[in-house]
Amino acid sequence: MSAEGHEVPLLEMRGVNTHYGAVHILKDVNLAIYPGELVCLLGGNASGKSTTLKTLLGMVTPTTGEVVLDGEVVTKESTSYRVERGITMVPENRRLFKRLSVLENLELGAYLRKDREQIALDLERIFDLFPRVKERLGQKSGTLSGGEQQMVAMGRALMSNPRVLLMDEPSMGLAPALVQTNFELIQQIHEEGVAIFMVEQNANMALSIADRGWVLQTGRVVLDDAADALLANPDLRASYLGEVGSA
Amino acid sequence: MATNNVYKPTSRVLWVDRFLALIRITFIGVVSVGVIAFIAQQINPQNPFASWINPDATGLTADQLKGLLVTGIAQGAMYGLIALGYSMVYGVLGFINFAHGEVFMAGAMSGMIISNKLAESGLWQDAFLFSLAFVIVTSIVVSTATAIIMERVAYRRLRDAPRLIPLITSIGVSFFIQNTSVVLFGPGAKAYPSIPEWLTRKRSFLTFEIEGTKLLVLVVAAVSMTGLWYLVERTRTGKAMRAVAEDKEIAALMGINVNRIIVTTFAVGGAMAGVAGILWGILFRSVTHMTGFLPGIKAFSAAVVGGIGNLGGAMAGGLSLGAAEATAPLVVLEPLGVNGVSQLRDAVAFSVLIFVLLVKPNGLFGERLSEEDRA
Repeated sequence: MSAEGHEVPLLEMRGVNTHYGAVHILKDVNLAIYPGELVCLLGGNASGKSTTLKTLLGMVTPTTGEVVLDGEVVTKESTSYRVERGITMVPENRRLFKRLSVLENLELGAYLRKDREQIALDLERIFDLFPRVKERLGQKSGTLSGGEQQMVAMGRALMSNPRVLLMDEPSMGLAPALVQTNFELIQQIHEEGVAIFMVEQNANMALSIADRGWVLQTGRVVLDDAADALLANPDLRASYLGEVGSA
Repeated sequence: MATNNVYKPTSRVLWVDRFLALIRITFIGVVSVGVIAFIAQQINPQNPFASWINPDATGLTADQLKGLLVTGIAQGAMYGLIALGYSMVYGVLGFINFAHGEVFMAGAMSGMIISNKLAESGLWQDAFLFSLAFVIVTSIVVSTATAIIMERVAYRRLRDAPRLIPLITSIGVSFFIQNTSVVLFGPGAKAYPSIPEWLTRKRSFLTFEIEGTKLLVLVVAAVSMTGLWYLVERTRTGKAMRAVAEDKEIAALMGINVNRIIVTTFAVGGAMAGVAGILWGILFRSVTHMTGFLPGIKAFSAAVVGGIGNLGGAMAGGLSLGAAEATAPLVVLEPLGVNGVSQLRDAVAFSVLIFVLLVKPNGLFGERLSEEDRA
């Protein structure tokens, strides 16, 4: 699973510029995610990582440039249109519907799908992946622990049967002991053939499981390389990985 | 931030706290003394305690008390139905739609017009049940349409505005609808056609003597409430409504059309108000452009008493508010020697609101969710 030049990207950003009012957030960003890849986007605070995700999902409309999903330009399409075509996100801090039961959260993940039998099979698949979730089905999801909530959030995203899964800071707010497990789960999902685009502060951990990565700095892509190369990059080590590694 | 600026909670009791405690104690005192006096009076009208407090009080027979209770609960069921609309819109958009009382009035008003037309044609007398069903349906349609248009015209553009702004707008919408009604139908009270005798007749039901119309109110309210419960708890749309109420951004991420769900919420709340409107018309047989005002405010109180945003709470709040305002004047106030107690229903209703807010600020069934996990 690597970025072969001749393959068609599953998800692409072409020359995207995004503004919030007069503030220029994303500056000519080009990204391409190929089927079955695990890639990560690194960057400090206010570097435009969340805006990148929101632009990909259609929650923010770029001023110029295109978002392409599986060969189709979707820049002007709604979030639900894109979700129906195989993209979804595990949001930062999980954002479960806390007053709804675990099962209802999972069912909402499949909100746009009509194929009932396949939905039932996917539910079983999620129980196989996260056996803990099955024990908590009837419980209100707000009463779950942080780690369990993360599993439900991932399960909810998988229920839409995505081909590309965006993850916004998956290890944020998790107990340190859970961070490792969390990355193992991400890898497990990835091995099922889902392309993963992950935004993460924990650069060491993210790069250790990713195929490729980008580094975003004040809205501009400053580094774009294979994960191993990024891990070895002296600039990145000094300015970014060093900080996180020693923390 | 300098550390000495950080707010530290102290154990110091403020005069406000003392004042509030005093109000609570007074309130509980008045209610319990009134109830004790009432019980004393029921046991022996000549007992020294009762005659010391209010020598003229006569007490109630068991049938009178039951009658009051039934009247209160029937009226409370209508408050509950209206309260659902306040609660649902608050749940989804976080503001109080003060024009919701007018949605109820629109239902009562259209019911009056249609039922009078049916009475002119003779159908109302000949096929009453069919006419009634038809009038209920048209009231629902009119109220639902009023609520949907209201959302589209007045509130949608204010979706991202501070919550105070749609709130003030809703007061304006309320006046607009009242005055439109004056322009269209005139300011006077208009009567519903008479209800067949077989329906108004009193019936025995579990030792209660209930007028048929009140029974009808209770049955229709119960059916509507069950339907609403099913919609919200058991259907895909209901699940989407609850999801939108909790987090619009993530609901959209699930592929839910948030706008459509918000419109649906207004529509369903409007339908419930329409049902309440027609029931009100059948029970009181009179409607004016101001019909929506007091029931609307009381239903809002009921929603707050039950815990705003909570649908079961709205219904329970409506029933208890209706029961309280019907019984409390005679059970609590008359034994205390208050004059003209039957005029004090509204005062009782709002006292209940104030008291519940003093004791349980989130309402009887309100839940306070922890916000700590929110980003």
